Amino acid sequence: MSSELIVFLILAAVGVLSGILMITRPNPVNSALFLILNFMALAGLYITLHAQFVAIIQILVYAGAIMVLVLFVIMLLNLEDEEPLREQMSKRHYGSLLVALLALVLIVQVIGWNSGGTLETMREQSPHALRIGTVEHIGSVLFTEHVYPFELTSILLLAAIVGAIVMAKKRFP
Amino acid sequence: MVPIHYYLILSAVMFITGVVGVLTRRNAIIIFMCIELMLNSVNLTFVAFSAYLGNETGQMFVFFIMAVAAAEAAVGLAIVIALFRNRQTVNINDVNILRW
Repeated sequence: MSSELIVFLILAAVGVLSGILMITRPNPVNSALFLILNFMALAGLYITLHAQFVAIIQILVYAGAIMVLVLFVIMLLNLEDEEPLREQMSKRHYGSLLVALLALVLIVQVIGWNSGGTLETMREQSPHALRIGTVEHIGSVLFTEHVYPFELTSILLLAAIVGAIVMAKKRFP
Repeated sequence: MVPIHYYLILSAVMFITGVVGVLTRRNAIIIFMCIELMLNSVNLTFVAFSAYLGNETGQMFVFFIMAVAAAEAAVGLAIVIALFRNRQTVNINDVNILRW
């Protein structure tokens, strides 16, 4: 096994396990902390894909800003634990688990079915991968080719700010 | 060398984990975090294809998805706070006005 594969497998195991723990913990604070661990593992995976900029943004924006906001709301609302999953499992839950498993099998089959096709040519990363993940390259592409979507993002964020304030403020009498 | 299949299957597993969370949990904030997990697994697919094809457009998409996720987090948590203020609960079984 190459060292790259070992690093990938460790990060993948951390990511999957923290995801499963996140959806099974009854306490929302534990769930949020496991989600942060999942984001850290994803940032590591981005590093293995030579996407430094995305990895840093993942830590700063997701694990930093968004999860702090989520934790803040959880503690603000002072939620108690949900009842354990086992007691609230109904027929509908088993049905949804079955549907999710079928969807997983479907996706994996589609990926495997393509062997011999385009995916088979992607055995290793492109030689350009080292170049395109840097802040310099991302910045130059973002502000030349994709400058209109970038500007539209600012309008989206403005709308989100206004919407969040309107939703969360106390009603006028 | 790690073939791209590994990244795609990891992404699929994480996405389905998020789907199971959305379908089985009843706490609105946890459902919300599961949606974040699903968005992140799609981001992983984008970055993997970006690296294996040598094309930076995938990473641009990830950037914009993160902006959308931040907006979604702000508005979604505001809705949760408004919900809690009106009904004193975030259990979605108790909030069923729009449910058929």
